[in-house]
Amino acid sequence: MSDQRTREFPWARIGDQARKGLVGTGHGIAFLGLALLGLVVSLLIVAAVALPGPGLVAYGLGGHHNAAGAALVFALPALVVGLFVASRLLLDVRGLARLARRLSGQWCGVPIADPYLPQPAAHGKKASWRRLGWLVTDPATWRDLLWAVVNGCVGGLLAILPAGLLVVGFIGLFAPYAPLPLRVLAVAAAASGLWVAPQLMRGYGIFARSMLGPRGNAELAQRVRHLAETRTEALDTGAAEIRRIERDLHDGAQARLVAMGMTLDAAGQIIDTNPEAARALLWEARDASVKALAELRALVRGIHPPVLADRGVADAIAALALDTPLRIHLASDLYGRPPAWVESAAYFAVSELLANVSKHAEARETWIDIRHTDGMLRIGVTDNGHGGADPARGTGLRGIERRLAAFDGILAISSPPGGPTAVTMEIPCELSLPKTSSS
Amino acid sequence: MRVVIAEDLFLLRDGLTRMLQAHGLEIAAAVDNGADLLAAVARDQPDVAIVDVRLPPTFTDEGIRAALAARKQTPNLPVLVLSQYVEQLYARELLASGSGGIGYLLKDRVFDSAQFVDAVRRVAAGGTAMDPEVIARLLARNTGNASIGALSPREREVVALMAEGRSNAAIAQRLVITERSVAKHTASIFLKLDLQPSDDDNRRVLAVLAYLEG
Repeated sequence: MSDQRTREFPWARIGDQARKGLVGTGHGIAFLGLALLGLVVSLLIVAAVALPGPGLVAYGLGGHHNAAGAALVFALPALVVGLFVASRLLLDVRGLARLARRLSGQWCGVPIADPYLPQPAAHGKKASWRRLGWLVTDPATWRDLLWAVVNGCVGGLLAILPAGLLVVGFIGLFAPYAPLPLRVLAVAAAASGLWVAPQLMRGYGIFARSMLGPRGNAELAQRVRHLAETRTEALDTGAAEIRRIERDLHDGAQARLVAMGMTLDAAGQIIDTNPEAARALLWEARDASVKALAELRALVRGIHPPVLADRGVADAIAALALDTPLRIHLASDLYGRPPAWVESAAYFAVSELLANVSKHAEARETWIDIRHTDGMLRIGVTDNGHGGADPARGTGLRGIERRLAAFDGILAISSPPGGPTAVTMEIPCELSLPKTSSS
Repeated sequence: MRVVIAEDLFLLRDGLTRMLQAHGLEIAAAVDNGADLLAAVARDQPDVAIVDVRLPPTFTDEGIRAALAARKQTPNLPVLVLSQYVEQLYARELLASGSGGIGYLLKDRVFDSAQFVDAVRRVAAGGTAMDPEVIARLLARNTGNASIGALSPREREVVALMAEGRSNAAIAQRLVITERSVAKHTASIFLKLDLQPSDDDNRRVLAVLAYLEG
């Protein structure tokens, strides 16, 4: 196989490279548009603040002359209006920066986190002033503006380079009366443009991250916010779960035990006078105990499944797979056990995913892959169903995402219409070596 | 018939002992952990061992591992495993440990002592006793299976009882039909599932279980 491939001319690879180059070039052009837009907006901001300037300067120079006073009368309101226009435009810059961050992740493979301070809950009379204060005091605002200017000049050039090389190539190739060496050079330029485009896009992403990514305090503030949010959610979920368990016990097993006690008492009352009826009551009590046990079992399964406690997450998922009507291919490669809370979160996430698959996907087969690499427990669940799973629509996937977030875990979903659906979750954790048992 | 019991909770160990004695079984030893079980099996050569899944020191699946170890030590030693939960994963491992002489029941089943002792005797005789819950879940898992779908409701009842390990006579008694009609049902079931018919009760059960586990 490989021999054959090396002997053949690698058309496929060249085609692939050219396709990537063209895509990169297109992205570059889009980035140039974004850069120019940013430049225009930042110039407008400068203009909005600077226009009232001459009036103020005239006032300063003119002392207390009437003309100078008139200048102030116009300049001060103009400054106020200018400030508001500028703050509005700063929000637009922020919007552009957000777009650039998202595109950097999608097109350049360099995801960039938002660096902003949380927006204050502002309403009432002073809301707009407070929003202005929040905007102006956030260093990220000014870094965004700096980026808009620098990106407009330098970044735009970087982004447009491949397109430029391609254009030069086409002109050189099709220009009349061009000498052959020039044409060859032109083709080389176009080819190098295509070749360099993907790398250049990645470089552009890194450049954007250096200017747009969170820094120092902002990063810490963000981390603190995330932790506070997920901690609150985790505690809420835990408290709700405990309430549910309490209610289930109260309405289920406890109620049955009370009924059983009463039945047994009734049997005791009549055992001498009517032994036949007493026997029937005793059987009734026995059946009630069986039902109570079944309810307790179901409850415990929902809290902490026995196989999970006995053998850990891989075997628990294997047991889960045996209990679903899906055809599941399980591959697991764990040399130890993750911490108990990770095991539990991962188990219930997979359980919910499998429930989703059997409910919605109409999948014939499902593959589950469990491994631990780079300090992450990674579990992939892939099915060959009809796809179209959308976390924004179903609450199930959102719920899993939220629960994993409490452990800094993430959930990635790829589910194009028509399938297949691939869900991957990652939870950072260490494995502990299996306990050596006495047997 | 001589029995070895491994159960760590005193109340249950004592209760089991008394109940089995009341039904005329002899308790060779009643221990509270896996290591003692292996020693008792080697020493007393019982006809059947009854083992709780959770045993010290880890209180996880010690009992399953002890049961498998005992069957390795004494090949085809009949073992009946009791548990608060039944798990198909464990049922699978137990069934894979040899042909026949395996039971896996919920602890609740001891409430019906006659049925329970019947299961103990069946396992001791080299038969199978799978908990109805295991079978119900196996059948539920096979709902999409066309061959299972082709079974009539009555045949499905028969298949469930057969998979639990019951003989034709027991199935007939349970469903209040004649043994001959049970035989007719089983023949039809084997035809529909495309299984090799067998006169040997136990081999028949294992074939059905293997089919359901797919």
